[in-house]
Amino acid sequence: MAIADIPEYAHLTGADVEALGAELDAIRADIEADRGERDARYLRNTIRLQRGLEFTGRMLTMGASRRSLWWAGAGTLGVAKIIENMELGHNVMHGQWDWMNDPEVHSTSWEWDNTGPSAHWKHTHNYIHHKYTNVLGMDDDVGYGLLRVTRDQRWRPFYLGNIAYNTLLAVFFEYGVAAQHLELGKKRKTPEAKAALKRDLADVGRKIGRQVGKDYVLAPAISGVLNRSSRAARKTAGANLLANVIRNLWTNAVIFCGHFPDGAEKFTKADMDNETQGQWYLRQMLGSANFRCGPTLAFMSGNLSYQIEHHLFPDLPSNRLAEISVRVRALCEKYDLPYTTGSFPVQYAKSWRTIAKLSLPNKYLKDTADDAPETASERRFRADGEPRLVSSVDQRTGRRRGLKSAIADNRERRRERASA
Amino acid sequence: MSWRERFEAPVAGVAGSKATNWVRAAAARITTPLLPDDYLHLLNPLWSARELRGKVVAVTPVTADSATIVIEPGWGFSFDYHPGQYIGIGVLVEGRWTWRSYSLTSEPAGSAAERTVAITVKAMPEGFLSSHLVNGLKPGTVVRLAAPAGEFVLPDPPPAKLLFATAGSGVTPIISMLRTMARRGGRVDAVLVHSAPDEDSVLFVDELRRFAADGLIDLRLRLTGVDGRLDAASLDELVPDWGDRQTWACGPGGFIDMLGGMFDDRGIRSRLHVERFALERGAAGAQGGTVTFGRGGKKIEADGAQTLLEAGEEAGVLMPFGCRMGICQSCVVMLDKGCVRDLRTGVEHVEGERVQTCVTAAAGDCTLDV
Repeated sequence: MAIADIPEYAHLTGADVEALGAELDAIRADIEADRGERDARYLRNTIRLQRGLEFTGRMLTMGASRRSLWWAGAGTLGVAKIIENMELGHNVMHGQWDWMNDPEVHSTSWEWDNTGPSAHWKHTHNYIHHKYTNVLGMDDDVGYGLLRVTRDQRWRPFYLGNIAYNTLLAVFFEYGVAAQHLELGKKRKTPEAKAALKRDLADVGRKIGRQVGKDYVLAPAISGVLNRSSRAARKTAGANLLANVIRNLWTNAVIFCGHFPDGAEKFTKADMDNETQGQWYLRQMLGSANFRCGPTLAFMSGNLSYQIEHHLFPDLPSNRLAEISVRVRALCEKYDLPYTTGSFPVQYAKSWRTIAKLSLPNKYLKDTADDAPETASERRFRADGEPRLVSSVDQRTGRRRGLKSAIADNRERRRERASA
Repeated sequence: MSWRERFEAPVAGVAGSKATNWVRAAAARITTPLLPDDYLHLLNPLWSARELRGKVVAVTPVTADSATIVIEPGWGFSFDYHPGQYIGIGVLVEGRWTWRSYSLTSEPAGSAAERTVAITVKAMPEGFLSSHLVNGLKPGTVVRLAAPAGEFVLPDPPPAKLLFATAGSGVTPIISMLRTMARRGGRVDAVLVHSAPDEDSVLFVDELRRFAADGLIDLRLRLTGVDGRLDAASLDELVPDWGDRQTWACGPGGFIDMLGGMFDDRGIRSRLHVERFALERGAAGAQGGTVTFGRGGKKIEADGAQTLLEAGEEAGVLMPFGCRMGICQSCVVMLDKGCVRDLRTGVEHVEGERVQTCVTAAAGDCTLDV
């Protein structure tokens, strides 16, 4: 069972959670007061870089006959598409740049280079995923209705294909994004619901049509005419396909590193009842995972390497998440909370490990739904029948003892049991 | 939908001639989801008709605290405005586009010939943007523009008997009217009553004197530092036959209210055409107000704690909504008039900005584009 009582799981009192919330509110206020010309310049430079790369990539994929240039073209276009999706599209649509009051980089008007229409994505991602983060049955990003990513999802024979599905999802991720809002598995009974589905299908169809038309019809046709060869047209189409796949694999990997590595927790609907702002913050901290990165990797991930910070402040500019992370880490120390992070390969590998493991029925799995690397609940601390620990303060050091210490104690006990 | 509408769909809402929009629509197939303009304006900021833009050509001082700003608009700007209308101007200040409206002081025919428009701005003591425009704006700066608008215009031909009543920078829409009248050459019986603190602070004083010397207007300056504030009695004295004249008046709220009272008392309100300064947005720090939902025209009284989203739902308006906690941007709408306050931070947003209705409340009367 996933976490049903956040303050208990985090070993914090209600007052602790409120105090933590106030500290996070202060971080938001500081950043908002400090936003200005420097940030605007960062965004404008990012846009210029992206448009430049896109243009270069298009020129190379349309004109290049040499094999090395073909690869360079596909790679450049792939990088351009990654920046467009991550640092620009994702972040602009979150309203991170709305403060600039610029109609051209505003959450209400941005349309991204992806087969999923922006309006659909803002609903499933900004609203559903970011409000109900990792809440089973509410946040569709928990497995996307396709994968089993937590022990709380009951095993069905369908999940034997978990690895295959995820491979396909990664390669064709943009189509997964486009389909997500449609909730094709859902039964629609009322005429209104049926009409809404029809409208949404038409929107997705139009968007896919435009994207496919650009990359696989128009660009190859122009290339064929310019080079007077049908082979050139085919090569351009191939390069565009490769660019899209590069983008799909990368964005999928970055996104999976955000909520599926070990330590990123899942929650039950019960936890949503009367949730305070402080508890919401706490849920975002416990449900997200970072990966360590330098400036380049951070940029290429749209700063989603700082997923924890992004989930705490989805509408603060991405270029500020690095500095915010320093303060969030300090808060984790102060409240003795885990700050889930690791290197990019390790975090991504952990996601795959979970997906591979959970393709099997529970009887082949060692851990319980209350104490597994990928899902835990407050019951993990009651397993020994010991009284649960709530926000104690270490008499010797004066430090708050919370979830992080509790996990360490748990591990210690388990090790002792194993050696006994 | 016809095939033509479908073809032009990507550029719907982009200003431009039919032919250029066809080229845009064709090119947009390869730049989708962007427009060709999104690439072109990186080469030259004026090469985009997605949003009206302009480049500042000159900033010329008019008085000690005012300046005329000449702007060369980019693609999609139409010069067929009417004297007396205003434009919206957005200037980048500390990374943020800040919008205000100012009367055009240029004259339409001259604008079309020179491909420029002009506004005259007076630096207000608390006017953050006006001071920047007068003292900090450099030629070459790119600004955003909103198309000319406003009902405060001079008919063509003008009525036979006219009164212009202005105070302070209220003379700015009138100067465009006078310049147009001077260019057209016809003469009517026109009186200009202008009130300003002293001679030095009268905008366009030389030009107004010239117009008077040429017989275009009968100029009656009222220097409030010497003669005191212009009131109903003194206007009666300055222009005894004001009741017979079609009147165009522009100035601060008190001045307009005074004139409104005079015309109301005589039952000739229809002869008074007024323009108030756009900067009036209720008392600073106001709490609550009447929220108007522009598209349906519904209104509701909201207090300073009720979110605009709740107010709209209470008024029976179909409001866009999402997370209701200020994170998802699903409920963002344009604030057409007035001022609202972010309940989380206390930050105020003014007209021309898009606001999150789930975390903002009315700070005075406001109108939302819903």
